[in-house]
Order: sequence, then C-alpha cells, then structure tokens
Amino acid sequence: MSEAVAYGLIVGATVGLAAGYLGSIMVLEKMALVGDALSHVALPGLALGVLYNFNPLVGGFLFLFVSAVLIWHLGRVTKLSFETLVGAAFTLALAVGILLFGDRLDALETALFGDIAQVGLISAVAAVLVSAVVILLTKMISKRIVLGLISEELAVSKGINVGRINLLYLLLVSLTVAIGIQITGTLLVGFLVVTPAAAARIVSSSLSRYFTLSAIFGAMSAISGILLSSYFNILPGPLVVVSGVAIFVIVIVIRWRLRARGLT
Amino acid sequence: MDTQDDFILRVSKLSIQVSNQRILDNLSFQIKKGATLAIVGPNGAGKTTLFRALLNLIPYSGTIEWNGKVNIGYVPQILSVRDIPISVKEFLSFKNESESDINSVLASVGLDSEAVVGKSLGVLSGGQLRRVLIAWALVDKPNVLLFDEATSGVDLDSEEAIYGMLKRLTEREKITLLLISHDLHIVREYSDCVLALNRCMVFFGESKEVMNPENQKLIYGEPICKEYGEAYV
Repeated sequence: MSEAVAYGLIVGATVGLAAGYLGSIMVLEKMALVGDALSHVALPGLALGVLYNFNPLVGGFLFLFVSAVLIWHLGRVTKLSFETLVGAAFTLALAVGILLFGDRLDALETALFGDIAQVGLISAVAAVLVSAVVILLTKMISKRIVLGLISEELAVSKGINVGRINLLYLLLVSLTVAIGIQITGTLLVGFLVVTPAAAARIVSSSLSRYFTLSAIFGAMSAISGILLSSYFNILPGPLVVVSGVAIFVIVIVIRWRLRARGLT
Repeated sequence: MDTQDDFILRVSKLSIQVSNQRILDNLSFQIKKGATLAIVGPNGAGKTTLFRALLNLIPYSGTIEWNGKVNIGYVPQILSVRDIPISVKEFLSFKNESESDINSVLASVGLDSEAVVGKSLGVLSGGQLRRVLIAWALVDKPNVLLFDEATSGVDLDSEEAIYGMLKRLTEREKITLLLISHDLHIVREYSDCVLALNRCMVFFGESKEVMNPENQKLIYGEPICKEYGEAYV
C-alpha cells in the first residue's frame, strides 16, 4: 500500500465518520439534496486557492461557510426555502468556479473529482483533528437539533436558540465537506452526507443506533471505495459512491429478509 | 373566599400582532391557582398564539403576570415524530436522564414503562403519543401545564381516559391547567372556567355558568371584537 493510499484511508475513514454523523441530521431535516448541492459551492474557493497559491481546501471551506451563512440569512429575510436558495447558489458557484479555473484543466479535474495522490501527512492530521471536533460538536448539538425538528416550540420553550444551533451545524457541514473534497471531489462529496444516513435510517428505531450506524456506514463507504480505487488504479470518488450504494442495497435486502421472516 | 393573591395568572389588555395582522386584541382575564381553564374558539381564533405569548415565545403588548415562581410544562399541538427514529426513553432523556425519573413519569401518565420505553415515537398510537408528551411536560415537575389540542388524532375513548388521567394528576399535584380544546363536552366535564376566543374575548367565566346553549352558539360564530372589561373568576 502506498503512503498516499494510507493517508487517504485515514482521511476517508475520519471524514466518512463525521460526514455520516452530520448527514444523519441532514436527512432528518429533509435537506439531503441541499447537502449535496451545497458541496458544489466550494468550487470557486478551490479555484482561488489554485490561482493565488494557498491551500485550496481553505478557500473551499471559506466559500462554503460564507455561502451557507448568506443562504441561511437570505432564507430568514426572504422566507424563500433553503432548497431554493441553495439550488440557485450552487449552479452559480459551479459556473464561477469553472470560469476561475480557466485553462487549468488538471486542477479543475482534481477539484471536481478529488485526487488521493495529493493527500499527505498534513492533510491526514488535519482530517483527524477536524473530524474529531466535528463529531464532538455534532454530539453536543444533535439532541437540540432533533428537538427543534420534533417541535420548534418545544425547543424554544426549553431555551434552545434554534437559529444559532442551525448556524453552527452549517459550519460543521462546511468543514466536513471541505476536508472530504480531497477524496471524492466537489461533485461527489455530498454523497457522504446522504447515502450512509439513508441506509442507517432503514434499520434504526432509536437515535443512538441511527447516528452510530450512519457514521459507520460513512466510514465503510470511504474505506472500501479508496481500497478499490487503489486496487483498480482509478479515481476514488466514484468508487466511494458505489461502495456506499452497495451498503445501502445490502441493508435494504437484510431488512426485507428480516421482515419476511417476521423478525422486525 | 377569593382574594387578589390566589391568582396564578393575570393577563391584562393583551394584544398580539403577527405580520401586520392582529391575532389577539385587548384580552384580559385572570385564573386561580390549581384551576383548569379551557380555551375554546374556531381555528385561527388566537388560542395557540395566546399559549405562545404565555410561554414568552412571541412579542406582545399588554401584561402577562404570573404570581410567584411558575414552572410551565407545555404539550404542543404539532409534532413531527413520524420520520424521526427516536425512542421514548431518548425523547424523555432530553429533559432528564435519570431512568427512575423516566419510569415514574411514564407510570404517572398511565403507561407501562417497560412496554414503551424502547419503542420509537413514530410507532406509538395517538393516545400513547399524547401520554408520552404529557410525561415530557411533567418531567420538570411543573406547577402550570399548557395543553394544546390535547387529543387531536386520538379516538374518543382514549380522549376521555387522557382527560380523566390529567384531571386526577393536576388535582393531586396542584397543577394549574390551561387547555385548548374543540370538544365542548370535554370543556364542560373537565374545566373550572372557560375562555372563548375569536381574536378577542367572546366570553369568560366559570364553566357551569357560561357553557349555556346561547354562549355555545357564539363560540364558533363571527368574530366579535368589541371592548371587554376585565374578567375575573
């Protein structure tokens, strides 16, 4: 196993855990497609990083977070749905990103599809640290977000500032997506916040099980996708997606078989 | 004998406006400690808005005065639990993580803790879900309970059973109960006083006095927004 694949596995496993956990909340919020679309907003930031010689992931994160905050604020002011605003923002971001990359087609390809060969020790350490912080903070706010989903009035009457919690959540999504871009690229990173959670939802009757399974499925998708990509020597992003969908299908089949036997 | 000090809630000239629309207008009433107040009125009459104001969730003009230290429990009208995989135990532990407290509060609302504690909220019957929500509101040992559309989605037998349980519970624990209901039978049977709303006060008084056929016709009639004086029971 090459050094890059080993580092890729560390990044994939930790980002998969964090993205799966965060994504479980996004699926509950019925914002799965929003999470996917939001990830594309990183593209102009990545382009600026390439153009001005700073770490493109930092640019990607800043663009994601600023856009998320703007969209969150616009949603409150205009009463337009989050979905509508993200839908408009992500196509604009894709267009601006492609224009900024200009003729740097290799860099554009890396941004869109990821490149495991560029993952080094610093990226791996950053991914571990960021994912640990994301998981800890998500654990702190997840119950409050869920209570807000069950009843905003219950949450507010318990002194929970739903708006502020949602903003922190967007920050965590931006961080995770920015780190995950290295493995899957901006086009496919949204997968990590959607499909593992969807698979976990099928077999969960409690929050603790749902959150845990979603994180595990996220990590499993990333690890198996990276190992397959190393074996077949092709881009990891699509194989992470295929692995995750395979987990999703296996979960559906297991659930179906258990139901047929009257075990659930 | 009634005194000015035995009230727990005094509302004076309460008006609420949402997006340039007046939802409640010049509402004044007062209720005694330990009493059960039923709030009735058509959809859009401002009943839930009144609760939101009492919980201090929305801005209002006028005064809402609670007598002494109040701890308010709230059972909301709308809940989105069907799509969320959350167990009864997890839901109640949002407020109190002690297993014995959870078991005893479930028992107090007539639920077998062992049978329901591990179940997902989404698979409970309407009646069971309502009882879990009451348990949620009771975990903090409130002395005031706000109960919104308490039995929507619940069959008639369960509805009677829930109100019977609630009546015993509030009497035993000396909890002041404010409930919103569309069921006039429930209102007559289980409340001490009634506040009929239709954006302003339609009538207010002791249930046995005000729940007469003429007044009942007024409850779901056109809004009558004339000035009312202060009304106390």
